[in-house]
Amino acid sequence: MKVTYFPGCTLKNKAKQLDIYGHKCAKALGVELEEIEKWQCCGGAFTTSSDEIATKLSSVRALKEAESKNQPLVSLCSACHNVLKQTNHAIQTNETFRARVNNYMADGEYNGGAKVMHYLELLRDVIGYDAVKEKVVNALNGKKVACYYGCLLLRPSKVMQMDDPENPQIMENLVRALGGEPILFPYKNECCGAYVSFENKDYTAVKSGKICNNATLNGADIILTACPLCKYNLEKCGSDIPVVYFTELLAEAFGIKE
Amino acid sequence: MEKNLNNAREEIIRRSGVNPSKCMKCGKCSGTCPAYDEMEYHPHQFVYMVETGDIEPLLKSQSIYRCLSCFACVDRCPRGVEPAKIVEAVRLEVIRQQGANHLKAEGVAENLDEEIPQQAIVTAFRKYTK
Repeated sequence: MKVTYFPGCTLKNKAKQLDIYGHKCAKALGVELEEIEKWQCCGGAFTTSSDEIATKLSSVRALKEAESKNQPLVSLCSACHNVLKQTNHAIQTNETFRARVNNYMADGEYNGGAKVMHYLELLRDVIGYDAVKEKVVNALNGKKVACYYGCLLLRPSKVMQMDDPENPQIMENLVRALGGEPILFPYKNECCGAYVSFENKDYTAVKSGKICNNATLNGADIILTACPLCKYNLEKCGSDIPVVYFTELLAEAFGIKE
Repeated sequence: MEKNLNNAREEIIRRSGVNPSKCMKCGKCSGTCPAYDEMEYHPHQFVYMVETGDIEPLLKSQSIYRCLSCFACVDRCPRGVEPAKIVEAVRLEVIRQQGANHLKAEGVAENLDEEIPQQAIVTAFRKYTK
């Protein structure tokens, strides 16, 4: 099967492992990620203000392309996924926003027909964890994994609808399918400090430090994430627990990690 | 001046889509806020101060740059008030003024290091700069 794929700026640069292993693991599972030819940066954050139109058009164009191919729009980066899903939701539910967006769309309107999916949702809902399990050649042998969601995968939960926002299990169940052991991790949906690290690293080090300590305290060998910014903040906070993209762990279990 | 601030209140309410009078002052938003310690005004105060028109202190406060947009307050508010949207609308009220960008392009280089993801840069600019 083929899906439309939106990589985003960071996956072509600082988070190449997320992108490369995402492609390789999808291929192993019989899915081709068809990258949008002329994708544009999502902007990193969805501005909640209803009068911001132009900053959301790059997402609308990506959504429109997926709709025209009748494929789900899949992304790996938590931020891209969040922006795409929130933009799609705004198009579907806010008539004024939709009309104002379509004033810019010279080559045809977009009215919210695309389905936005995170790669994790693709694994759980389309491919299925049983099929994932069948591809495992190098089981994780009880590796203790702290599944870290942060904010962007889960909230606002009314829109994201990925999982229970207070006790998600989508990554835990993936880790189980790979033979690992997800640990109890109360800080899994706490914020790492996000983009504030750009100007104030002391502030984000406190936020990320609490998360890493909580993972360590509960016996984790690694922290698993889908977000390049979370990874950066968690790695910069002074803790030495390894932070790994979920596609890297998947590739390791599939025996295709280089 | 008073008239301008009254306009600001209406703009903030319109832009955010938030109805601050729905708030029942339970404080859950501030209780769950990861940025609480860094904020001069906390999420519940943003809602209350916009409701009562006490806008000027918010416009002048660094609190608008301390919100992490994590949406914990939005998800956990029992009344669906969505305080983070109010904080964003107040921030836009400031940075949409001419010359009021919080981040300037000239200052980017000094904040970069070898590992910083592009995501951090574009998101900070989307949040802090118009």
